[in-house]
Amino acid sequence: MKASAPPKTESFKLSMLLSDTRYRGTSLQVITFIIFVAVFFWLVDNTLKNLALLGKDVSFNFLFLRAGYDINQRLIPYTSDSTHGRAAFVGILNTLLVAFVGCFFATILGLFVGILRLSKNWLVAKLMSIYIEGFRNVPVLLWIVMIFALLTEFTPAPKAFKGADPQATMLLFDSIAVTNRGTYFPAPIFGEGSFWLLLSFILSILIVIFIKQYANKQKKETGKSLPTFWISILTIILPTLGLYFLIGKPISLEYPYLKGFNFKDGIHLRNSFLALTLALALYTSAFIAEIVRAGILAISKGQTEAAASLGLRPNKIMNLIILPQALRIIVPPLISNYLNLTKNSSLAIAVGYMDVRGTLGGITLNQTGRELESMLLLMGFYLCVSLLISSVINYYNRSFQIVVR
Amino acid sequence: MFNAVFSQIILVLLLIKIIFNLKGEIMRKSLFIVLSSILLIVGGQAAFSGGHSVTLDDVKARGNLLCGVSTGAPGFATIDDSGKDVGFDVDYCRALAAAIFGDPMAVKFVGLTSAVRFTALAAGEVDILARNTTWTYSRDTDLKQTFLGVNYYDGQGFMVKKDLGVNSTLELDGATVCIQVGTTTELNLADYFKENGMSYEPVPTADNAESQQQYLAGACDTYTTDASALHGTRVNLENPDDHLVLPEIISKEPLGPLVRHGDDNWADIGRWVLNALIIAEEKGITKANIDSWKDTKDAEIHRLLGTGDDDILAMVGLPKNAMYNAIKAGGNYGEIFENNLGATSGINIERGVNASWTKGGILYSPPFR
Repeated sequence: MKASAPPKTESFKLSMLLSDTRYRGTSLQVITFIIFVAVFFWLVDNTLKNLALLGKDVSFNFLFLRAGYDINQRLIPYTSDSTHGRAAFVGILNTLLVAFVGCFFATILGLFVGILRLSKNWLVAKLMSIYIEGFRNVPVLLWIVMIFALLTEFTPAPKAFKGADPQATMLLFDSIAVTNRGTYFPAPIFGEGSFWLLLSFILSILIVIFIKQYANKQKKETGKSLPTFWISILTIILPTLGLYFLIGKPISLEYPYLKGFNFKDGIHLRNSFLALTLALALYTSAFIAEIVRAGILAISKGQTEAAASLGLRPNKIMNLIILPQALRIIVPPLISNYLNLTKNSSLAIAVGYMDVRGTLGGITLNQTGRELESMLLLMGFYLCVSLLISSVINYYNRSFQIVVR
Repeated sequence: MFNAVFSQIILVLLLIKIIFNLKGEIMRKSLFIVLSSILLIVGGQAAFSGGHSVTLDDVKARGNLLCGVSTGAPGFATIDDSGKDVGFDVDYCRALAAAIFGDPMAVKFVGLTSAVRFTALAAGEVDILARNTTWTYSRDTDLKQTFLGVNYYDGQGFMVKKDLGVNSTLELDGATVCIQVGTTTELNLADYFKENGMSYEPVPTADNAESQQQYLAGACDTYTTDASALHGTRVNLENPDDHLVLPEIISKEPLGPLVRHGDDNWADIGRWVLNALIIAEEKGITKANIDSWKDTKDAEIHRLLGTGDDDILAMVGLPKNAMYNAIKAGGNYGEIFENNLGATSGINIERGVNASWTKGGILYSPPFR
């Protein structure tokens, strides 16, 4: 019988978990995880115990109680008889409104400023540098307060519009009133038949999209570009305009007018909203401009030269060659700027704009004394919105990344 | 609570022992760092859970009183030209500090907006809140605060510019109203306009200064808050005569100092310092004549000033002459009112219901015995 000595196996010892490189990584992770969980539970436990010491419990019932306070800007019906939960929802919608409008204008402005900063025109480039450095290097809160101060101090009070010889007059054929309480625009009133008008408008847009696709296809196959610009514009305008007169002007405008202390009717954009949105958009656009500039500069100069040698004009080079490639670099940091803008909107209270921080995290918190619950809900909300924004843009980002085949 | 802390410490010690039995220098080091940070946190917890101790002990150990006041309410709490805190609420805190330390300056004032005041009190950032705060049911119960009494019976009013041509709050339909967030006035406003079938547009502001600025800029037609604060604000405007406080008072706003629930002894001290100031006015004891009562036959005055044989203030842990010091600090209730809100101050608020019950008001302190 052959004596095959069994391979000498080193017996497992507990200390090997830490000294042996085979196990060390895993055991370290396990230990860290246990410590993390322990600290987390300790924090929660400590909070609950200290709340109990103060005689407070954790309850979200206050969301179903009558709020009792009024909110000036409401996108959904709300009165002081509504619940705290609904007040929070009104605030959420106000936050989303500022975030959406702010991101929209910040992007457009940022794109323009970023491209213009690279301009060969010395004056334009320097002006854009001043714009960027000015907005980027001053805290956004100061911009919010300053724009609000400008809007309230240097615009006339509604009272100034009164009388036979008023000190202030409305702009654009008496349709827009700029006051120190906000700007009033005419509001569209949708009468009978507006539905058909809307339908024809949507149809026109669909047709335009179809035309564009057809033109693109033609271009790819034959290399000829069809003149789509004027056709598209006419397709959008003519049928809808014709139908508008055919049905008998179903959409009319409701003009703001002065009654009592304030202007009535029309769309009222409060100064708090204007100041907050404008400041956030201007501030964030400075950052976006730098991202755009970085993205464009990252595209090798050879691309521009190659395009130029093909005979493309500068704006075509920018639109067809540089920007599509630069977008891949621009979009990821753009997300974090959108998130910043959304979170910065919680500075709204500085100008009395009733966002979710002002309703749920402000008045509701104060009137009910539910600090912990309100703050948890607020954090949850901002977390959800941020995750949502980044996931949507990440999806968009994935759609134009280079596909490696 | 202490058991929990103990068991945690023992657990950590055990863990340390295990680690030091292990081999491997690097491991030991990194784990030691993790564990020492845990120890620090546990230590922190032990410090946090020290809420049982009496507030008075904390105050004495610290050497000064932390008093939460308004960030700027003329007459109640402002800073004068020499940088000194002055006002009706400020003087109450000085009296309290004098009662505890014998020194009215042994108090640190913490400016709080109406929105953060309760949180600051609950978190222990201040020992007492004297910040023209309205005593309400829900604040007393749900917010877990203890009100010490009423030092000023107020009501909510409206201030308008005279050229607005408004003489009554009922003419304010459709007006834009500046209002401080997180106050009872916010709720009264909503109720009052609803009751009277009127509409309004609220312009929320953080504090009195911001409201005033918005009001002056014309961003709102009227500014509403407690009438006393309106009077105080008005006299400090550039042209007080251009502004008018409307006659209607739309709510009851009993203002008073408050402390957090759970320390009855501390509440008693605050309550009886306030009562002592009120009684002093009733009895005619003033800052100037306080030393001339040694021979009075009124036993209550002897108890109050500590000139008799009884030392009833020992019951709450204060020195025998605590109330003497409190009254000596800024005078009796009437003097404090006069200096901060009355004719002397220029704000010119009438005593009205805030007069002593002996003079037709409703200010009435329980007996000091």
